[in-house]
Amino acid sequence: MALDSRTPKGPLADKWTNHKNNINLVNPANKRLIDVIVVGTGLAGGSAAATLAELGYNVKAFCFQDSPRRAHSIAAQGGINAAKNYQGDGDSNYRLFYDTVKGGDYRSREANVYRLAEVSANIIDQCVAQGVPFAREYGGLLDNRSFGGVLVSRTFYAAGQTGQQLLLGAYSALNRQIGRGKVKMYNRHEMLDVVVVDGKARGIIARNLVTGEIERHSAHAVVLGTGGYGNVFFLSTNAMGSNVTAAWKAHKRGAYFANPCYTQIHPTCIPVSGDHQSKLTLMSESLRNDGRIWVPKHMEDVKAIREGKLKPTDIAEENRDYYLERRYPAFGNLVPRDVASRAAKERCDAGYGVNKTGEAVYLDFASAIQRYGKEQAHIKGLNENDAALIKKLGQEVIKNKYGNLFQMYEKIVDQNPYETPMMIYPAVHYTMGGIWVDYNLMTTVPGLYAIGEANFSDHGANRLGASALMQGLADGYFVLPYTIGDYLSNDIRTGPISTESPEFEEAENNVRNRIETLVNNNGTHSVDYFHKKLGKIMWNKVGMSRNAKGLAEAVEEISALRAEFWKDVKVPGTANEFNEELAKAGRVADFLELGELFAKDALHRNESCGGHYREESVEESGEQKGEAKRDDENFKYVAAWEYKGEPKDAVLHKENLVFENIELKQRSYK
Amino acid sequence: MNLTLKIWRQKDANDKGKMVDYPITGIEPDMSFLEMLDVLNEALINKGEEPVAFDHDCREGICGMCSLYINGEAHGPDRGVTTCQLHMRMFNDGDTIYIEPFRAAAFPVIKDLVVDRSAFDRIQHAGGFISVNTSGNTIDANAIPVNKHDADTAFDAATCIGCGACVASCKNSSAMLFVGAKVSQFALLPQGKVEATDRVLNMVKQMDEEGFGNCTNTGACEVECPKGISLENIARMNREYLKAAFKG
Amino acid sequence: MSGILNSSIGRKFAMALSALFLMIFLLQHFIINFSSIVSADAFNNMSHFMGTNWLIQYLMQPVLIFGVMFHFIMGFVLEIKNKSARQIKYAKNNGAANSSWMSRNMIYSGLFILIFLIIHFIDFWIPEINTKYIQGDMSGLLPSGEYRYYEELVHKFQPMWRVALYCLGFVFLALHLMHGFMSAFQSVGANNKYTKALKGFGKAYAIVIPLGFIIIALVHHFNH
Repeated sequence: MALDSRTPKGPLADKWTNHKNNINLVNPANKRLIDVIVVGTGLAGGSAAATLAELGYNVKAFCFQDSPRRAHSIAAQGGINAAKNYQGDGDSNYRLFYDTVKGGDYRSREANVYRLAEVSANIIDQCVAQGVPFAREYGGLLDNRSFGGVLVSRTFYAAGQTGQQLLLGAYSALNRQIGRGKVKMYNRHEMLDVVVVDGKARGIIARNLVTGEIERHSAHAVVLGTGGYGNVFFLSTNAMGSNVTAAWKAHKRGAYFANPCYTQIHPTCIPVSGDHQSKLTLMSESLRNDGRIWVPKHMEDVKAIREGKLKPTDIAEENRDYYLERRYPAFGNLVPRDVASRAAKERCDAGYGVNKTGEAVYLDFASAIQRYGKEQAHIKGLNENDAALIKKLGQEVIKNKYGNLFQMYEKIVDQNPYETPMMIYPAVHYTMGGIWVDYNLMTTVPGLYAIGEANFSDHGANRLGASALMQGLADGYFVLPYTIGDYLSNDIRTGPISTESPEFEEAENNVRNRIETLVNNNGTHSVDYFHKKLGKIMWNKVGMSRNAKGLAEAVEEISALRAEFWKDVKVPGTANEFNEELAKAGRVADFLELGELFAKDALHRNESCGGHYREESVEESGEQKGEAKRDDENFKYVAAWEYKGEPKDAVLHKENLVFENIELKQRSYK
Repeated sequence: MNLTLKIWRQKDANDKGKMVDYPITGIEPDMSFLEMLDVLNEALINKGEEPVAFDHDCREGICGMCSLYINGEAHGPDRGVTTCQLHMRMFNDGDTIYIEPFRAAAFPVIKDLVVDRSAFDRIQHAGGFISVNTSGNTIDANAIPVNKHDADTAFDAATCIGCGACVASCKNSSAMLFVGAKVSQFALLPQGKVEATDRVLNMVKQMDEEGFGNCTNTGACEVECPKGISLENIARMNREYLKAAFKG
Repeated sequence: MSGILNSSIGRKFAMALSALFLMIFLLQHFIINFSSIVSADAFNNMSHFMGTNWLIQYLMQPVLIFGVMFHFIMGFVLEIKNKSARQIKYAKNNGAANSSWMSRNMIYSGLFILIFLIIHFIDFWIPEINTKYIQGDMSGLLPSGEYRYYEELVHKFQPMWRVALYCLGFVFLALHLMHGFMSAFQSVGANNKYTKALKGFGKAYAIVIPLGFIIIALVHHFNH
């Protein structure tokens, strides 16, 4: 069955304006009579909750952390894109739209992406008005930097902490509404089910993580801004608490889950050091502006490095393989994330990995240090042949640009990256897939909305750098608060929603039973034991490079692991107390279901696109030999899965993607 | 590495709580401190005991969720890091490590090492914002140039992660570094000046009501702050407050 | 403005203002005392002026007494409040890792200074009040017709116990000032590009003035 995205008619550039002019609104007096639940307080959820409250709705906001400010949006480093064209380099809404669709390998919805580009400039205005301290030039105007995969400078930033500053901006707007009493904030609360009454989302069941109490909360609409599900891999750059539970519960209540297999594996992360590892740390993409990626050319050098007999700095220039520069001369070290990640994996699989585990490549700043050092010596009129001086000057420049990242690396790895190359390896970072939403950001359950990373909409099969922050804030500040009115305008006479209905009763009992089962299971293995096993299956068979055989095995293995989990998991403590193991158990149980759907989706999509790489679908000949091969004829659609009891029984619905304003091309970075 | 951990255990907010000893073996120097606690917890679970509760989330030093008072210092002996970024190579084989919750009357213990820092949120509700609605037609971001030095100083103040190490380290449990950082960020930007008077008065009032102690300028907060928030921010808040208070 | 003394920053400000006033007083006191080892006449003249000028006696002296009392009482009030902001103490606390001993123990250095001041009052101020206002002798003269101040000063520093107490008192004052000087400036909101210089000056002040008082005592003790 084909899905209708309810995209408005008309020319691309007018769709959003026309849509806003035509949808129903709720008058200010009536907004006071309407309640909205927002789950998650990151960039999307936080900004949506604040804006809805400003408009006059009564908002209840939920986060599992101890404060809304801790949401994982805070960890975004590099920046936020906006088509402001402050640099006068020819940027426009269309160019941002074009870059995003192309970067996403033509698997996103045109109208949504264009709208995103349209509101991007408003985001910057809004954030500056809120007091977000973006980086500025000496003249007092905003500074920009450039990011991978694009030809203009449109990224606004606040040192290496852009996500933090934007989130604190949204948090401050939220605080203002909490202070006014328009938002009721529930910290340390986890949503455990969506309640659907007469086919409409009318509330949630939440667990108070401090007391263990199960609570019913009703509203006229429910918004999920609950982030991505990268933690299905156990090791990822996500926060420890990031989870799929809210999205998965929505899926089980009727929301279709779209493109679960689209995962972004970020090329520059600190490699795994051992079995104890609990998470991976990202090093900003901006490092690839100055760092050169390489492995040794000769196997004997690789072995000597692993045995500690040689240091990377001992390897002569001619014995190094700068494989990105070799394979992609046009873009070199600045190819998009998916391409860079696969290339690293290819070298490591061939045996050229440079650390103990064989899963690391070098990111080397030595030539950048030389280049900047000479430049500085020239500017300052110093001796350009003094090697020590050049190095010192060059290191200072690098320190100004990336100081906090270098310090972070040194703290974790205990090596000085100014003196020896960094070791990096790809890691799971972001999930483009998520809950399917229409143009209004509503899921297939009326009254249930999904925004930010939790939905699938804007990034297609691969996300460009600095676009996640843009999408989260666009959805929360500028899209959802308008579009939700169209739905809520029918609810002005509904009155408060009772929590005493049988639907609430059923949902609460469901949640209680599941918790009881978990705490009384008395198995033999901890939650992490299962989570790590799941992560291994996902990484080995549903990771950077996928094939039909592995995926089919993964589906079976995850299903078996899930059965084992329910038989054998051990959750200490009780249900009525602060019990982190219990919370974790619930999340891992959901990951064990999502993982299977993830593999199933990857198995069905027999093409390579963006972050999804199928070994069966590669270019066989010509200049692009060995590169990913997209199959527009058979797979130019969004795969939205309907829940039918077991992940393996999920039913596929297709939303055909129509490209009227952009020509489909192969992405080439050669 | 083999270590002895002395950890504060407290069942819930009403429990009295006590320090309990846990020997631990097989710790590697490249583990993070929280990964070391993961190892302990895995062992406790397998033995049928309750794991130690502690707050953590991003594990990369930015969310501010992790806390812990380790060997007498907030976030442990390393500088410029949160507990999640502290690595076991900072310790020696055979060490005894004290692990306690952040202590302050305004940060009551929830369980074991988990404390309630919602007092910080309430201070922000009182004034930690600029009153501007989302409209999509606010003035252009480049309409008001901001002196680069002021913008950078505001940014430095704004990098506070709200972890509470300042309160935990202060002998008076004062929250002035935290509040000073937010007051400073907005006081330095033209957008924030409009509401400066009310903001500082309201935030300080709320801070006092939460039961934090007074600042005696020992400077411990600045040293222990994982983000290096400067004491200058407290001085700036003092100026802002006095200006506002005398203005009425 | 109302209730400024009920706020944390208001109290801090008041503490700092009284401290700055006391530091100015201390400087003035030091200059006069120090003159005693340079010129007995100068010391006598200044002492007589200070002891008999009505502005000093009826305005500055009460202000000073109020300032001292205020500084102490507020210090204790704040200490009690600050202590109650942490009800359960750390089992292990490494204060030395992040702050100076002086900054963490202002209450103890302050207490010792208070004890010293009480003794100083009983020892100097009460006899002085007795002479001037109860016996009514405002002349400041000895029976010999010379000013009594220098003679009395020298006499006071003869007993060893008093010199020892005096020295100890000023050691504590030095410790108190070592943190207090800069702290007062920080509290009134002065933290800028001059801070580094001010810090240096504060350290010098905290050492020079108490050391000077100690030297005065020792000189008179050993010279006579």
